[in-house]
Amino acid sequence: MDIFLSQVLNGLQLGSIYALVALGYTMVYGIILLLNFAHGDIIMVGAYVSWLVMAQLGLNPIIAILLSVVACTLVGVLIDKVAYAPLRNAPRLSILITAIGVSYFLENGAQLVFGADPKVVPAFTDVSTIKLGDIALSFPAVVTVLVTVVATIALTLLVQKSKLGKAMRAVSEDMGAARLMGINVNSTISFTFAVGSALAGIGAVLYAMAYTQASPTMGMMLGTKAFVAAVLGGIGSIPGAVVGGLIVGFAEMIVTWLGLSVWKDAVVFLLLIIVLIVKPTGIFGKTMSEKV
Amino acid sequence: MFENISRRQFVSGSAAAVAALGLVGCGGNGGNGGGSDDGTIKVGIMGPHSGDNAQYGLACLNGAQLYFDQLNADGGINGKEIKTFVYDEKGDATEAVNAYNSLVQNDGVTGIVGDVTTIPSIAVAQASVADNMPCVTPSATAADVVTYGTNTFRACVTDPVQGVVMAEFAAKQGYKNVATLYKTGDDYNEGVNKAFCEEAESQGITITTQESYSDGDVDFNTQITNILATNPDAILLPNYYNEDGMIVTQARQQGYDKVFLGVDGWSGIYGGSENYADAADLHDCYYCCAFSASNESEITKQFIEDYEAAYSETPTNFCALGYDAAMVLAGGLTAAEEAGLEAGSDDYKQAVIDGIFANTVDGVTGSISYEDNGDPVKSSLIITFAEDGSEVTFDTIEA
Repeated sequence: MDIFLSQVLNGLQLGSIYALVALGYTMVYGIILLLNFAHGDIIMVGAYVSWLVMAQLGLNPIIAILLSVVACTLVGVLIDKVAYAPLRNAPRLSILITAIGVSYFLENGAQLVFGADPKVVPAFTDVSTIKLGDIALSFPAVVTVLVTVVATIALTLLVQKSKLGKAMRAVSEDMGAARLMGINVNSTISFTFAVGSALAGIGAVLYAMAYTQASPTMGMMLGTKAFVAAVLGGIGSIPGAVVGGLIVGFAEMIVTWLGLSVWKDAVVFLLLIIVLIVKPTGIFGKTMSEKV
Repeated sequence: MFENISRRQFVSGSAAAVAALGLVGCGGNGGNGGGSDDGTIKVGIMGPHSGDNAQYGLACLNGAQLYFDQLNADGGINGKEIKTFVYDEKGDATEAVNAYNSLVQNDGVTGIVGDVTTIPSIAVAQASVADNMPCVTPSATAADVVTYGTNTFRACVTDPVQGVVMAEFAAKQGYKNVATLYKTGDDYNEGVNKAFCEEAESQGITITTQESYSDGDVDFNTQITNILATNPDAILLPNYYNEDGMIVTQARQQGYDKVFLGVDGWSGIYGGSENYADAADLHDCYYCCAFSASNESEITKQFIEDYEAAYSETPTNFCALGYDAAMVLAGGLTAAEEAGLEAGSDDYKQAVIDGIFANTVDGVTGSISYEDNGDPVKSSLIITFAEDGSEVTFDTIEA
């Protein structure tokens, strides 16, 4: 039973980080139909900011968390303004290629600035283990799961209840009609990038807490897996991204649990292929009408 | 003899004078020196001194050069100065063979320290068999390197030997159940893991589970949970420091407070360019290696002092192996010189090889001797960590 509980927590932890990144993918896709391939690399930026603040400047972990989230938000908005906004009316392929270019720019830029060797992010807290009776739970795992639950609820409220959320839903339904109704489309798109990137920033902190190392290419595989999660759940759907993230996390955990860790990536991509054949719009693809 | 050495030291500043006296010295010893013998012993040092592996090649070069310089300051071998010829093979097998040919044909060396990394070392080992040229590689660990002839030796131990050493250590410490977590798809990790498990089982240790991961993985929680479910006394991590650091951190987070075992890939996990695990998490971690600056032995302390004086930097494992490789070769050359053979002749080269087999050297990386082939029989250090994360030499495992 112990091992079962621990493995479920491991799956939840992995899945939560994928879910947080997948949310960013899904929101941006929902609003401008762009697969933002630079999204995974925003996590990398956040992890490096945590490292800079804590290891280089020796500041408090709370400052590191705040600055990481702020930095990711700014980078996300900046990428939109510099790279994507000028291409709003260009063919979708151009903007997709631009996204790949931005991804390479961030990765190679980080390698130029920080070097190829991984940097170690110091521990955020002195606590590393939570004891429940005789079961020891990893503190970062518990925090990751809790933070993801809170972030998902907050995001859902934001999208469903707030005025900005209503504007986002309107823009994603029909950009032209939204503009005619007096919605500032550009600022709504910027806001969407900001929210998605802030979630990536939270993901970056949680990632750095659990896996302690920042490297220039760390966002590559993470971004790809999160993309799979978003497509699995139905890209454009918020609950879909969370469910997709958890499915990917649990699939990896179960395969590794069975001692087949080498097949982990293959199983994840196989799942993607099966979903694309059976239900191309993803699990929540059709039923969810309110695309963000 | 004493007179010879004092005379030699007296003129050691001038190469020409040394050469002249070297000839005199030869005559005094019975005069078998050939025409090519100008009173020096010519030795090649090769390795990657530029390119990706330059740090290893330069470290080995510095170590080997330091040994030959010290030997010359003490009067050389048999009154002859060691003259080194240094070649950069840029980490390339073809360049390495060219360098080898040039050393043998143009420079007329009678022994080589090199090559450094595996693939060029294999190329040089194959090329040197026909000449029966004595070669001592400081650091090429692949099994193949010493299998082409009897003329190639290595100063380091092979990867599987480290697994055997750690299994012996585990038995000595009384661990009954040991689990392993290793990276798949890499000869180093898989080779050490296999050798460890075989030796551990023959020592009566139960291997509770062998978990694995792939290149690029950062989440090891699932494997760690599997391992902890088997309740081991120790976990072997035969991987490199950055991944070992993550595994140790994640396992401690899951509440594992017992022993980790490692091999020389652990070197640099703490106190190097980065600290890959918290000092607080590195309690009860033990790994084996050939050389550690924490070793308190006289010879190690002296070596570190000399090396820092010569190069103004702290020596690494590769510097120590370069130094020892030079020492092994010098042992063989001494035997050939004392037999009074003609430098470069077939008998001379065979005498160097026989000399290396007959000799035992007390190197910086432990005492080194050779029995059946070019694989050394040597001791290993067991390193652990103090509370502040600094390395401490815990034990020495004899061969």
